[in-house]
Amino acid sequence: MSDTPVEARIREEITSNDVVLYMKGSPMFPQCGFSAAVVQVLSHIGVKFKGVNVLEDEEIRQGIKDFSNWPTIPQLYVKGEFVGGCDIVREMAAEGELQTLLKDKGVETATAA
Amino acid sequence: MTTQGPYQTRIRAKLTEGLAPVSLHIEDDSRKHAHHGPRMAALATQGGDHGHAPIDDQGETHFRVDIVSAAFEGKSRVDRHRMVNALLADELRERVHALAIKARTPAEADKPGA
Repeated sequence: MSDTPVEARIREEITSNDVVLYMKGSPMFPQCGFSAAVVQVLSHIGVKFKGVNVLEDEEIRQGIKDFSNWPTIPQLYVKGEFVGGCDIVREMAAEGELQTLLKDKGVETATAA
Repeated sequence: MTTQGPYQTRIRAKLTEGLAPVSLHIEDDSRKHAHHGPRMAALATQGGDHGHAPIDDQGETHFRVDIVSAAFEGKSRVDRHRMVNALLADELRERVHALAIKARTPAEADKPGA
């Protein structure tokens, strides 16, 4: 099965960056409360991530939903794997699971103990 | 207590039928997001928003679902959300643009502090 052009773009993005957040707005200026919440979680954990603003790219906006079979944005990817949306990221962070996942995948975080 | 809109009724019926929940709470959060209206309408005119919900003042665009079901046993968080999303695919396509989901098994819901 070969990728469509948009799938190929997404795959390239999520494999060439350790942590990618598809979101509405930018990490500095989120344009949706759910996207803002995930940015806040990631910033709190102290992990570097790449934000992709889906509002600037209609193809990605729809493409990312098809790619992960997930109907909403934001969407978080770690090392090429879909982790979840806002609720899941928040729950995982609250339980310490997100930090464990990042550590297991060898992604550096700057959380002070 | 506000009256339950048609979408909330549909969401309740589909989740009840699909997951036989032991507990199901649905909240319409649309009011809290009413300020999106003008901006979303503006965005929608810039190149369209495929399959996106209509922008009007009828509410029922943002829901919060807290569901406890044995069907979630042994399923990952992502799988649980996908089960809920799949049941509500029509609603998500037609109107609902945000669905906050809390999906727990009966055992998890019974845990203190959960």
